[in-house]
Parts: sequence; structure tokens; C-alpha cells
Amino acid sequence: MATTSPPGVGLLKGLGVTIKHLFKQPATQMYPKQRPDLPPRTRGVIALMDENCTVCMLCSRECPDWCIYIDSHKETVPPAKEGGRARTRNVLDRFAIDFSLCMYCGICVEVCPFDALWWSPEFEYAEYDMGKLLHEKDKLREWMDTVPAPPMLEEGAVAPAEVTDAIAKKEKELEAEAEKQREASAAAEAPKGKAADSGGGAPKKADVEVKGAGEIDQETFDKLIAEGKSERIARSKAKAAWVRKEKERLRAEQEAAGGDEDGDDAAPKPQAAKVEVEAGQIDQETYDKLIEEGKSERMARAKAKAAYVRKERARLTAEQDGAGSDGSADEPEAAAAEPAAEDAAADDAAADDEGADEAGDDEPAPKQKVADVHVEGTGEIDQETFDKLIAEGKSERIARSKAKAAWVRKEKQRLIDEGGDA
Amino acid sequence: MTDLVLDQAVTFAAQSASLLTFDSFVLSVAAKIVFALGLFFVVPLVGGYLEHKVMGRMQNRRGPVEAGPFGSLQLVADGIKFIQKEDVIPRAADKWVFAAAPGVALVPGMLIFLVIPLGPGVFALDLELGLFYALAISSISVLGILMGGWASANKFSLIGGLRAGGQLIAYELPLILAAITVAVQAGTLSLVGIVEAQSMFMLPGTDINVWYVFPQIVGFAIFFIAAMAELSRPPFDMPIADSELVFGYMTEYTGIKFAMFLLTEYGGMIIMSALMVVLYLGGWQLLPGVPLPGCDGAGGLFDCGWLGTLAGVGITIGKIMALVFVMVWLRVAYPRLREDQLQRMAWIVMVPLALLNLAVVTVAKVVF
Repeated sequence: MATTSPPGVGLLKGLGVTIKHLFKQPATQMYPKQRPDLPPRTRGVIALMDENCTVCMLCSRECPDWCIYIDSHKETVPPAKEGGRARTRNVLDRFAIDFSLCMYCGICVEVCPFDALWWSPEFEYAEYDMGKLLHEKDKLREWMDTVPAPPMLEEGAVAPAEVTDAIAKKEKELEAEAEKQREASAAAEAPKGKAADSGGGAPKKADVEVKGAGEIDQETFDKLIAEGKSERIARSKAKAAWVRKEKERLRAEQEAAGGDEDGDDAAPKPQAAKVEVEAGQIDQETYDKLIEEGKSERMARAKAKAAYVRKERARLTAEQDGAGSDGSADEPEAAAAEPAAEDAAADDAAADDEGADEAGDDEPAPKQKVADVHVEGTGEIDQETFDKLIAEGKSERIARSKAKAAWVRKEKQRLIDEGGDA
Repeated sequence: MTDLVLDQAVTFAAQSASLLTFDSFVLSVAAKIVFALGLFFVVPLVGGYLEHKVMGRMQNRRGPVEAGPFGSLQLVADGIKFIQKEDVIPRAADKWVFAAAPGVALVPGMLIFLVIPLGPGVFALDLELGLFYALAISSISVLGILMGGWASANKFSLIGGLRAGGQLIAYELPLILAAITVAVQAGTLSLVGIVEAQSMFMLPGTDINVWYVFPQIVGFAIFFIAAMAELSRPPFDMPIADSELVFGYMTEYTGIKFAMFLLTEYGGMIIMSALMVVLYLGGWQLLPGVPLPGCDGAGGLFDCGWLGTLAGVGITIGKIMALVFVMVWLRVAYPRLREDQLQRMAWIVMVPLALLNLAVVTVAKVVF
């Protein structure tokens, strides 16, 4: 015990430490009165996005506690095309998690290949009766409304596969188009009797692409950055946009030079599949009808959703035909409380020309669509919806998030209506 | 018989009169009983609240927050809870001794409040032998603790009780030696007289009034440590020692009896703090040499109007709470000592120092 300080100093030091703590702010969290400040990815409860579930049973099998119960039946889907083969599909009947057994390891969430299971930060679902901790599908679906939006990609992160695939696909299409045009121009030149020197003639699109590999379209880039895209994505899209513009320019030059015009290229007809519709909405009419017919809520919801998408597409196509121009395919925005929308967006991304198309579209978009409208003010809620949900006995948190989503929806509608009037 | 008691009371009563003495004997007695009981049941609750809050904040907690404004009624709520609880007596326990023990521990605390002066005239009784009475009575509490420990028929209780008895041997002598020194310097055993003597005491050769804590800082430290040991307060809580003896002599007690033991502890803190205020810290004097407003008696401490009286009581309570704060502070800062460490410290350090203190003060008293 070699100590250099005189005896008693240690005692005074101890008093000093305690008196210092007297004037510090206590570490106590006044929990029931104040909600704890939890990290956004807190593992509170597991939510189920039942539309995404394919009944693959991976979660149930991986669960160390065996606390996930899944029932399903098979449904035959009629062939999509005449003469096709009918397919079977699993339909989820029951999905329950017994939170009295769950040990919150999160393996089910990790293992789910279709993003049907999510962590929600909600934690206030203690019960006096253990049986009530068995959360059935409906309840798990409700938790879904409390799941925060996925975190932003890190700067410099590899873009999601859907996005890169979409870009690659578009590039391939453009190449094919260029090939077609080359052939057409060659065919046009031939009758004029000129020496068709395809190698050294007018610059071809493929050549342009090679030459300008590093350039980007600044306008598109700025726009995407402003929309909150990561720099990487913005750059690659802007690059594609530049390539497309350049091709456009060259084509115009060629046309000006008196080449035969390719009518199909100038104004492509919008196809139903090309029209992007915000996912997540349902067609209320269809939904009500199906519910009346005694279908399960899930079925009704899914069908109503499909019906909505169909209708919306039809509407948009009609509009575009009327306007006579290619509407910009939109990027579905991620509503904070509805990862569903994002999800669906990811699924649709392959079929979607996405940013590439959007970026290439230089004239202002003639028509606004729901997802196009950006609504400011994420904190606002729709009081009516909120009151209704509270009256229905929903938890405040759920009511709030749904009301928030409702508010955004309404606001968008309002903006569109205003735009239509103007 | 009654005459004899009255005679003695008159004989031992000192010169200063209590504000609680009325013409009617019955009224006087009733007023004094209410005074002592009121003090005993209210001030310890304030001290206990202070302990909860200070201890909480020192441990990065908030302490009680729910019961009453800022949790101030927590101890009242606790008391109500204790009253509601079942009163369990172990089958093997010595029933009567077990039941009587909390009372034996509690009553001396009430009795001491009879002689403690809180302000000018604010006391029940000014005994000539006030200090002697207080020290004698306060030691009875240990008897209650020993009774409880023995009667519980529980080894933890027994060890706790015996430790309390053993502790008595350690702290009693230094405590009394330190108190005697004050009596020597003041020339009286009356607690009111000691306060008065302090207001008159000037540093030798000057006219600077100081309290006894300055000439007797060693005595004050010894009295403080011994008082903590007497109260079984941490770091001297070996009789309770909840990490080794469950809860010491209180292990088998529940409900209201347990509450009585707890009240004894909180009351003891107040009593010991009050004694230290009277003996060393100038009683109801705000600062040395500063008379209270409206007081024109000796040393500016007596014959006060209602304003001076209230101020005096407030000052005394404030000083008591400051000492309680220090006790809590020490409790939070230091770990528990072993019984033998206390004995060693008491007999090797505190008793010789107290004797030296007594000798020096006595010589100085004669010389100056």
C-alpha cells in the first residue's frame, strides 16, 4: 500500500466525488411520463407485411423457440396466357408469433427472403394474460405501421440490384434502338445511290456512347440529388441521361440532314406496363365488393390493390394519349410510415424505366400523378383519421402514423386537384 | 408522590422559562407533550425526505418523485403502507419482548425532545441536568435493539443485536467525554445554558464571539463520529449490515413495528444533530455574535418577539438539516466498517483524543 498522499486525502476525495454527483443531472428516464429516447432500429416487436409473405416457412423453421405459427393453403392461379399452364400459389391463412416465447433474436427477420418480417421499435404490449401475447396476423400487420422507413444508403454504397438492373436494361434497349436506326438510315441511304459507308458515315449512337463514357447530365444529377438520392445513383442515372440526350441530339442532326424519319422512335406509345402507379393504394370499391362476397381481408386487399393499379394505369394511359406525349415515369417516393410503398417500388423497378426515363424527359411533365407530388411537413397528421382510429381502439402510436400517412395522401390529392384546376 | 415529583421538577428546572408553560398545569403538560410528539413525528420525516433526495441525487437518481409534490410525502405514504401490513411475530420468538422492543427503542427518542431547545423559549423543559438526561436516555435505545435481536429467535437478528451492543462499548465513552468537555467549558449541563454560554464566549484576549465548534473542533469530530456509530448509520451500520445479516435486528420485524424502528433511526438522526447544534454550533444563533431580530436578552438570544422566536426555530432546524445532509453524504461516500475496526478506532484514537481534548479545555478554562 505505497501511497504518496497523506492519510485522509482518500476520504476527502470520496466526499468530493459524491458531492459532484449531487449537482449532476440524474440519469433517470421518467419513462411512463416521457417516452424513452430509443434508437431508430430498436428491436421492440416483430411486424408482418403479410402481402410479402410467400409461406416459405423459413422463419418458422429457423426460429430457435419455435414461436412462429404459419398456416396456409394452395390456390390455383389460372394461366396468364391462353394455353398456358395453371400455377399454384400459397396463400397465407394464419401467421402468429407468440411473444411469450420469443427471445427477440431476430433470426426470423434476418432470414425472411421477401422482407415480410420487420423490426418495429414499439415495446408497450405487455399483457396481464400470457395468452394475449400471441399476436395473430392482423395484429402483426398493425405493427407494420410503426416500422420506420429503411435507412438511407451510405454514400458511395453499391446501388441496389434493381436499380443497376434497370439501368443496364435501358442501356441495352437504347443500343437495340440505335442498331435499328442504323439499319433504317442505311436502308434510306441506299436508294439515293450514295456510297453507303456505314463505318465512316454519320456518327452512330454506339460510337457516342463509347466516347462520352465519363460525362454526366448535370441537370439530371442536380435534380436527383435534390430529391435525396445518393450521389452514386444520381451519377449513374445522370450518365445514362447524358448518353440518351447525346443520342437524341445526334438523331436530330441526322434527321435535319434529311434522313428518313423513324416514326416509331419519335413518339413511342405508352404501354400499360410502362405506366408507374403508386403501390400500396387499394381500390375501395373492389375491396368492399370482395369483402361483401365473403373473401378474406387479405385477399380483398390484394385484389383491390391489383384493381387499383389496373384502373390507374388505364387512366394514366388515356391521359397520356390525350396529351400526346410520353409521361414521365415516376419514382415512387418512400412514405415514412409505409415501407410497403418502397417495397413495391423495388419489386416494380425491373419493369420500370425509372430515373433513366425520367431524366431523359426534358419537357415539363404535363400531368401530375399522386406519387409525383412532394408534400412538405412530415409531422402533420390528419385529425379526422386519428380520431376515428382512436375511437376504434387503436393505440395512439398506430393511429398517429396512419393519420400521418392519411394526411400526406390527402395533401397530395389536394395539390393534384389544384394543379388540375390551374 | 405528586408533590415530590413536582418539587423535583421545580428544583431541576433552570432559570429560563419555556413559552409552553401556562398557568394551568394540565394545559402546560398537554402543550409540552404535543410539542415533543409533534417534533418527533414531523422533523424526522423531513430529515428522511432529505436523505432520500440527497442520496438519490448523489447516486445519479432522482429519489422519490411520485408521492406529493416532488415526492415530499413519500415517507407518509410509506408509513401508511407499513400500518396496513400484516404484523407477523415468529412462532419461536419471545412474544412480549419482541413486541416491546420497538417501543423501548422509540420512546427515548421522544423523551429527548423534551429538553432540546429549538429557539428562544421554544422547548418543553430546561433541565439543569439537560445534557446528562439526553445522553442517559439516548443510550436506552440500544436496549430496545438488543431486546429485538434476542427475542426474534433468528441468528441474523441476534448477531445484529449483539453488534449493536458491542458498538455501544465503542462509541459511548468518546461521546460522553466529548460532551463533558462542552459542559466543562460552558460551566453548565443545561442545554439552554450551553447555548447562552456559547453566545457569551469570546476568544481569549479579544471580543470576537465564537461557537464551541472552533475551540473544540476535535471534540466536535469525535461527537459526530460517535453519534453516527450510535445511530448505526453507515459507515457504522454493522448491526444492520444488509449485505451480510439480511437486516440485522430488524430482520423479523414487519409492518408498524418495523416502521417504529425506522422512525427511531430517523428520529435519532434529528436528535443527535440537534444535540450537536446545541453543544457546538451555537443553537439558534445565526452567526457568532449576531443577535436575532427583536431579541434583547443575554447575547441577543432571549426575550424575543414572535419574529425572533420563529427565526430562531428556523435557524435551528436549518442547522439540524445541514448536519443530516452531512450524515447522508458520509453514508453515500463510505463503505461499511468492520465491528473490530470501529472498536480499534474508538479505543485507540477517539478515546485518547477526547481525553486530551478534555484536559486542554479544562486547563484553558482555568488559565483564561
